Amino acid sequence: MKIVVCVKEVGLLGDEVEFEGNRVDPDFLDRALNEWDAYAIEAALQLREAVGGEVVAVTVGDEDTEGVLRRALAMGADRAARIEGELDFDALAPARALAPVVAEEAPDLVICGAQSSDAANAATPAALAALLDAPCVAVVRSLTVAGGHLVAHRELEGGVVDVVEVDLPAVISVQTGANTPRYAALRAIRQAEEIDIPTHALAEHDPPTRVIALRLPGHAGTTILLEGDSAEIARQIAALVKERVG
Amino acid sequence: MRVLVVAEHRAGELRPVTLEAIGAGTQLGEVDVLVVGPDALAQAVNVQGVSEIVAVAAGTEFDPDLLRRVVSEVAEERSIDVVLLGNTVDAMSYAAAVAIDGGRGFVSDVFALKPGLVATRSVYAGKVDAEVAIDGHAVVLIRPGAFEPATGAGSATLTSRIETRAARVRHLETIQPDDGGLDLAQQRFLLAIGRGIGEESNVELFTELANSMGATLASSRPLVDSGWMPSSRLVGQSGATVKPAVYLAFGISGAIQHLAGMKASETIIAVNHDPEASIFNLAHFGAVADIFDVAEELAKLY
Repeated sequence: MKIVVCVKEVGLLGDEVEFEGNRVDPDFLDRALNEWDAYAIEAALQLREAVGGEVVAVTVGDEDTEGVLRRALAMGADRAARIEGELDFDALAPARALAPVVAEEAPDLVICGAQSSDAANAATPAALAALLDAPCVAVVRSLTVAGGHLVAHRELEGGVVDVVEVDLPAVISVQTGANTPRYAALRAIRQAEEIDIPTHALAEHDPPTRVIALRLPGHAGTTILLEGDSAEIARQIAALVKERVG
Repeated sequence: MRVLVVAEHRAGELRPVTLEAIGAGTQLGEVDVLVVGPDALAQAVNVQGVSEIVAVAAGTEFDPDLLRRVVSEVAEERSIDVVLLGNTVDAMSYAAAVAIDGGRGFVSDVFALKPGLVATRSVYAGKVDAEVAIDGHAVVLIRPGAFEPATGAGSATLTSRIETRAARVRHLETIQPDDGGLDLAQQRFLLAIGRGIGEESNVELFTELANSMGATLASSRPLVDSGWMPSSRLVGQSGATVKPAVYLAFGISGAIQHLAGMKASETIIAVNHDPEASIFNLAHFGAVADIFDVAEELAKLY
């Protein structure tokens, strides 16, 4: 079974931020593998260990984003590929960039994280599935493959789980908590540094959406600080609860 | 501007976010509603402001391929400008595919909309709000709880369509959570715990505190991922959207996925040892303190 895992380097914002026009000043961002994507890589590796095959990690970004691919390789991915270029903000741009490269790989299964922490569009899985003309199952907590089908547990709101059987090839997205992403051994990390990662050109698209303003979220109101020692704080909380709940 | 709201249901019961989408849609233009599911659903969406209801008879099972095809076809036939639906787990399986099919822009988790079309959403884990302008036609997913629901009896015309199921995704079974029937959205007093509780063994302490205070225990994402709390207790994205009289949070830092699900609470009280925790941006009352000390003192009062 050939599995493509789509991974993304995200920008993590600390407590301070400055804007450069309609984007966040990159100096205020720490770069990291998207939290959901670590679970996607682990899900792919576990499937390969169960049924055999190959795991290929793919990302879109400039050379500095190769770290996320090397992390996937160190965890156990067989190969990696990078689509060269910087994406604009548009929610469908990642799927449009990934589609030709993923199609060329002709995988049995594509696994993505359910969303990214920075852009948080949760658009790539369904959009990529549409471009590949494959079925999509989003927000999966567990998956198995048997008899040419995938059985996936979709995690719905309120703790309800929907179990579905899906024809392959398919695109799925995994939720955090779906597994426990493995740590890469130091030796594997060093080996991954040596691997040559092929690149592909990014196809240009006119984005139908654009960011016209960024701002800090409005404060919902003033927070009244409950002061004093723990006993005093507890007394104030109890009074608030009595007054407002009854 | 022509708007198509796609109704969402769970086992045949209309989900509240659909009425919120209709409410948001009527601020933009003429609203048609597409219902794919049991016949009775068409009546549930016949509320004030809806011009026409397009009903496709189907079972209660969610079929992402069928929805993708029907929504794309209906939006195309009716020259729909904006396809509007809830930002839900179901929508995540097909809404972006509708955008690809129709060459539409896609914007998700939107909490404010202006005609034009400009959508506001959260980025960078809720630390920044972005205004997104959409050129041309669009698919917009709204955040549950962010828009006023449409109400009042409507007088929409009803059109039926026949569609056959796609067959690539087949429903096998639905598993209800262990404490199924618990509806966090209906509770007046929630005591919510997060990563700050440190260890699994501390869940019991807060369970007892919630019981003695008369509160229902709720949770943020990390404890559900760790398996310490069942997902039926999850507040936030892919969990419950709640508006209790009091939301008392212990050790919750305030990831955007969590805040989106509880920000509409009437009173938010947050206890956290970290004064920089994002939840203090939202809390009406906040205490920077050791959560275990405060919990212990609270327990003495009940």
